[in-house]
Amino acid sequence: MTSHTLSVLVENKPGVLARIAGLFSRRGYNIDSLAVGPTEHPEVSRMTIVVNVDESPLEQVTKQLNKLVEVIKIVELDPQASVNRELVLVKVAATAETRGQVLDTVQLFRAKVIDVASDAVTIQLVGNSAKIGDFLRVLEPFGVRELVQSGQVAIGRGSRSISERSLRPVVVPAPPAVG
Amino acid sequence: MSEQLTGAQSLIKSLEAAGAENIFGIPGGAILPAYDPLMDSSIRHILVRHEQGAGHAAQGYAAATGKVGVCMATSGPGATNLVTPIADAHMDSVPMVAVTGQVGAASIGTDAFQEADIRGITMPITKHNFLVTDPADIPRTVAEAFYIASTGRPGPVLVDVAKSALQAMTTYEWPSELHLPGYRPVTRPHAKQIREAARLILESRRPVLYVGGGTIRSGAHRELKVLAELTGMPVVTTLMARGAFPDSHPQHLGMPGMHGTVAAVAGLQRSDLIISLGARFDDRVTGNLDSFAPGAKVIHADIDPAEIGKNRHADVPIVGDVREVLGDLIVALQTEADAGHSGDYEAWVEFLAGVKTKYALGYDTPATGLAPQYVIERLGAISGEDTIYTAGVGQHQMWAAQFVKYEKPMTWINSGGLGTMGFAVPAAMGAKVGCPDQTVWAIDGDGCFQMTNQELATCAINDIPIKVAIINNESLGMVRQWQTLFYNERYSNTDLHSKRIPDFVKLAEAYGCVGLACEDPADVDATIRKAMEINDVPVVVDFRVHRDAMVWPMVAAGTSNDDIKYARDLAPDFEEDDL
Repeated sequence: MTSHTLSVLVENKPGVLARIAGLFSRRGYNIDSLAVGPTEHPEVSRMTIVVNVDESPLEQVTKQLNKLVEVIKIVELDPQASVNRELVLVKVAATAETRGQVLDTVQLFRAKVIDVASDAVTIQLVGNSAKIGDFLRVLEPFGVRELVQSGQVAIGRGSRSISERSLRPVVVPAPPAVG
Repeated sequence: MSEQLTGAQSLIKSLEAAGAENIFGIPGGAILPAYDPLMDSSIRHILVRHEQGAGHAAQGYAAATGKVGVCMATSGPGATNLVTPIADAHMDSVPMVAVTGQVGAASIGTDAFQEADIRGITMPITKHNFLVTDPADIPRTVAEAFYIASTGRPGPVLVDVAKSALQAMTTYEWPSELHLPGYRPVTRPHAKQIREAARLILESRRPVLYVGGGTIRSGAHRELKVLAELTGMPVVTTLMARGAFPDSHPQHLGMPGMHGTVAAVAGLQRSDLIISLGARFDDRVTGNLDSFAPGAKVIHADIDPAEIGKNRHADVPIVGDVREVLGDLIVALQTEADAGHSGDYEAWVEFLAGVKTKYALGYDTPATGLAPQYVIERLGAISGEDTIYTAGVGQHQMWAAQFVKYEKPMTWINSGGLGTMGFAVPAAMGAKVGCPDQTVWAIDGDGCFQMTNQELATCAINDIPIKVAIINNESLGMVRQWQTLFYNERYSNTDLHSKRIPDFVKLAEAYGCVGLACEDPADVDATIRKAMEINDVPVVVDFRVHRDAMVWPMVAAGTSNDDIKYARDLAPDFEEDDL
């Protein structure tokens, strides 16, 4: 099995997240990571879904997702041609003896201290999942008190946009009223 | 325009505008506002006795007419009683709109009286669903619901309307355009795929047209016949496609699958090219998937891209409406035929003709008592090809699929995918409402009949004279058959005693229907004819059949189609040299 990153453009309507999450669970696929947020178009949200599946079930899950009426477009992002980021907030013990080392680590990873207490610091790091994994491994010995991590967001490299063509309004003439 | 009206009035006006002529339903608190304007509407509302009956009736109506079936229920239990028919319609691609009342918008999420999150509950079993809390959204939502239900791969759409939206004042305007940016069903097949399919068809030596329910839904039976006769390819019709191709046609091998004919199963299993038309390689057709049709390439045409390659790899995937796919294939193959290119299937057709003759469908006549297959065979022969037949689920359903000879599409209506016991009576009611001039026979089992027979009251009161043939073997026959074959004849909880309780004749009479009974083969024809003569009230016939009849042929669940048994312990013997 390999990890795949799907960018899914959906109509910004209530219940759409439940539809997508429900589809994954009932068809037996696990979501590794999920992030949802607004896009440059107010009526459209974008989900970044990371799934760990083989090629053929991936095709099936993509097709099933496409059947959802509120799903506008699905693109699988090629890892070579896209950038992805996650954000982690981590509260680490920082005593008088360890504080310097913790702050060195922050510097080394170009992370940021966003809150300070007498015996702990809260650090923010943005990066891909490998970098975040490395960072957490280095911090671990100091004592991680609390950790919260976002889902992955990803975007294709270059100037092209996945939304420019797909978001042209599609208007169907409604069947005329009977009678 | 801009005239003020209630959301309820807007809902009924919208349903009229969408073309709804009949609604099956039951009122209740949350939907009550809608029932007031419904009284003055051109729409005929048929008051059923259970919401499940409303849902299956809407399905039967849709399957018999090709129009969108509509059912209506209140919130909470009314809505949850529709869940089974909605799931059934989803599995069998039936165009249906279910309208449910919901508690007032301010009460949603408070566990209010008769509150159920029916939109959440039906998300996995609808093509799409809506919750309407703003009355201004009602016309657009109804228009979208009918459009989604009836286009592309048809399916059920639920519209849940909050009571507060029904009661509020609003304006009504039927939309001139629909904005569904994520809904763009592909109906036109790709020309390159058609060329590739035509090439494979000409190259193959053992092709078979594997016809599924999509062929009936798309109205492609004429095109199917043209293509079949143009090429001479053998045809199999699945349980959902019975009637898509005439049973009397010499190229027809019958139904494939678990209880299919030996010829149809062998036709798929030994083919070198399967042309799948609106079928989905369901497990009941393929048996063990790994050993299914091992030498076959697959051309898979379906309007739903997700069906293509789901269970079986497709060598030539064609996304499109089956009718358009067939139209294009006919043109392509006719052009080839005019140029002198046609397939050579002679040896294959001859081989299958031999199998069809040698292993024709049949049954043993018991020494005493009535053979269920005989009843169904005679019913089909006497009632004829214009009759609409519905069925429940189980042995009687398989015999009805096997022994009634279907010549026309939309004359066989059953629950294929979900396998819903109790489908027959309400579905027959819906079919009869949609096609009042056709005879409608519900072929039902005694187990199934006891699940939904309350709709006989609906039929009797509303002048819907359906006919019901209960194939009464006083047991859950298909389950019993499995107990006979796989559980050492230990009949755990399959004995229904329904020759004793209830008295089906009295029950029919209690419901204002005519009740007849028959247990002697000599009386079968006369009983059927008597039932055929009664057209003013529903008729129920209790055919008291012997209980040990089994459905054959059979491919046991999970085994290979190669292991089909023609009868118990009797495997067909193909002469390999013939092929």
